[in-house]
Amino acid sequence: MAEGQALRFTFSDRVLVGRAGDTVASALIANGIRSWRRTRRGGRPRGIYCGIGTCFDCLVDIGEEVAVRACLRPLQEGDRVAPSGSVGPAGP
Amino acid sequence: MTGRHTADVIVIGAGLVGACCALALSEAGMEVCVVDRRGPAGGTSAAGEGNVLVSDKLAGPELALALRSRRLWDELGSRLPLDFELEAKGGLVVGRDEEEMAAIGDLADRQAAMGVEVERLGPGDLARAEPLLAPDLAGAAYYPQDACLQPMLATAGLLAAADRAGARLMLGIEAAGGTARSGAGMTISTSAGVLGAGAVVNAAGPWSGEVARGLGSTIPVKPRRGSILVTEPLPLAVRHKVYEGDYVAAVVDDASSLACSAVVEATRSGTLLIGSSRQFVGFDATPDVGVLGELARRALRLFPFLSRVRALRTYSGFRPASPDHLPIIGADPAVPGLWHATGHEGAGVGLAPATAELIAALVTGTTPPVDPGPFSPSRFAPAPGARCNG
Repeated sequence: MAEGQALRFTFSDRVLVGRAGDTVASALIANGIRSWRRTRRGGRPRGIYCGIGTCFDCLVDIGEEVAVRACLRPLQEGDRVAPSGSVGPAGP
Repeated sequence: MTGRHTADVIVIGAGLVGACCALALSEAGMEVCVVDRRGPAGGTSAAGEGNVLVSDKLAGPELALALRSRRLWDELGSRLPLDFELEAKGGLVVGRDEEEMAAIGDLADRQAAMGVEVERLGPGDLARAEPLLAPDLAGAAYYPQDACLQPMLATAGLLAAADRAGARLMLGIEAAGGTARSGAGMTISTSAGVLGAGAVVNAAGPWSGEVARGLGSTIPVKPRRGSILVTEPLPLAVRHKVYEGDYVAAVVDDASSLACSAVVEATRSGTLLIGSSRQFVGFDATPDVGVLGELARRALRLFPFLSRVRALRTYSGFRPASPDHLPIIGADPAVPGLWHATGHEGAGVGLAPATAELIAALVTGTTPPVDPGPFSPSRFAPAPGARCNG
């Protein structure tokens, strides 16, 4: 896949286009979306903070995966990205 | 300077034990001053799990203190000016096989004889109580009195209540040393000048050995390090404080290298805390990947779903360990006017209110509700005329 090739993905109900080589976070920011979840208790907006996988502020849910760090995850064609409930997996 | 009077009692240490002592002494009518070189809950109190446990105490004096303290925490929960997340989530001590269950049941019987509420669960009951536990466990003892709290909030609430009762806080002040005054009381030198009081309470946790030396005494308190893994927040996945049956053995294990046992619980914010380890490494705070790996392996044996969960961070703290695993509470045998409230190792949060109640009773000369004898600092002093074995 050539660097820079267009990749379609969705954020909530919006259809967006990113580039191969983007992370989910960089693709969201390139589409003008700077905040993509709310804190669980205070309802405050969160997006990129550290950008290197440490702070867990940039969580998104992607398809069936929950609490994915948007700053680390390479964007893939067809990703269904949603604001995260910000909690990880539990249950059998 | 012998006439200087700062307060009736100076409490050294603004952690949970010092804060409890400050409140109890203030409410007993004493004029109290709390000195700490950092701030409230600046050391051990901020680096644990907020345990208020009866389940991990052998049947003996520490359990009597823990049961008294458990009641006092409930009272504090209803009267402190700050919610500190006190929650009686209950403890589950799980056994892997019949042999472990026999040891767990034996301890439970002896604890029950002292008034601990405990119930045995077979595999079916255990799975209903904690559905995500590994299916091959043999059973558990369930302790409904086991509770937890948020120690930083509790310390803040206690100090606020002590402040209302007239106590003074002197933070960022280092107590350098001191001497007993002829007559009564002590004079201590600090980075903010000389302070004087009728009594000094040493509540400096793992640093209380140093503080005692500065004040002309010795108590055998050593720092013992515990490390904790913190997971990402999860939906409610672990309902109780769940720990392996060999935890109690790890608590009383004296091996200087390492004692480990899995302890898993959820916090109110959704993260899981995974402990526990105990190491004698002085005040070395360097993270130990080997220890963290062992904690993770043991936690996975209890909760297989954790293999899909990420650890966010880790922290460690130093617990004030005493040689016989009993806290050190009472009058210093050598220095008149000096009192100790320390040596609780990993149980300081749970034991703090009853410790403070003992200190307040002993300092004011009233009868404490729990026998203070087993905790007396004089148990470490050589008997008069006895040979000192070093």
